[in-house]
Amino acid sequence: MTDYLVPILLLGICCAALRKKENAYDLLLTGGADGLKLLVSIIPALVMLLTAVTMLRASGAVTLLSHFAAPLFDFFGIPPETAILVLIRPISGSAALAVGTELMATYGVDSQIGRTAAVMLGSTETTFYTISVYFGAAGIHKTRYTLLAALMADCTGFFMATLTTRLFFA
Amino acid sequence: MVMSWVFAGILSISLLSAMYLGNGSALAAAVPKGAQAGITLAISLAGSICLWSGAGKLMEHCGLTHFLSKLLRPLLHRVFPDTKKDPLLASALSGNICANFLGLGNAATPMGIQATKRLTDPKHPNFATDQMCRLIVLNTASIQLIPSNVAAVRVSLGCTTPFDILPAVWLTSLSAAAIGLLGAFLLGKVWRHD
Repeated sequence: MTDYLVPILLLGICCAALRKKENAYDLLLTGGADGLKLLVSIIPALVMLLTAVTMLRASGAVTLLSHFAAPLFDFFGIPPETAILVLIRPISGSAALAVGTELMATYGVDSQIGRTAAVMLGSTETTFYTISVYFGAAGIHKTRYTLLAALMADCTGFFMATLTTRLFFA
Repeated sequence: MVMSWVFAGILSISLLSAMYLGNGSALAAAVPKGAQAGITLAISLAGSICLWSGAGKLMEHCGLTHFLSKLLRPLLHRVFPDTKKDPLLASALSGNICANFLGLGNAATPMGIQATKRLTDPKHPNFATDQMCRLIVLNTASIQLIPSNVAAVRVSLGCTTPFDILPAVWLTSLSAAAIGLLGAFLLGKVWRHD
């Protein structure tokens, strides 16, 4: 079912745009160009962070960290190998992408750990960044329970990523 | 500034554990390898980002965003009661949620900021209101139809069915949003202003 979702969505939006007499192809091209500009702007971050993350893995620190995180992660059934992703996801989107890619490459993209990492990446956001951008722009200093509630959502996401991966791919 | 500390932190942890475990040569080899991997990742993302940014532009113009906002209206009234008397807030909020849903991060942020500004309490302009917290929670739960970046990374690593994680992603982000909102509702009851 998911096989047809993406092609149907692409065709659907093209037809909808044509019905509204919009120049669908032109819109695709301008949007695509904007996307590439965005990508170029994040390349330096991707290079720096993947360097740091690859060093972290090669040094053995990731194995040590997973080892220390194992009791807590095992309790919730989350693979301890994803500990580093869980730690960095709320702080930086590019770093999380770097860590997640490295996890998928190390353990296999269709492995349980690789899939869990992919679901975690796809279903959570950069919490600290979102709060600082939205509240910074609106001049909010007293954030009250926002961070707590957002981190609750993140933790649910990490836990559910493990659960759903097991549910759909066991 | 946070990222400078994160970067320095990662480097010092790497150095210390490499010295402790005797992984010096692997650490040195990781430096050029990691930098190369950054470029490889960027290239493997390029096609997908280009395609989906184009598709996103099309979704904005073809009326899909408008249609989704209409569908969202009843839910919006419940979670953000202020939208009943503030149509501008309603359109900024539904725009923000729809843009996130369609993976248009660039379009979502300005509308989210606009909604946050309209949600400010005139009596306490520095305080986060309950509805603001709910907006942040909805944004951090990242309810997204097609997580295209993750799919692109999976394809680049040899996955033949990059979209097979979709049901798991949807279920996960919906539960995260539900628990986050529930938590925000409960915390809002006990955590009053000042």
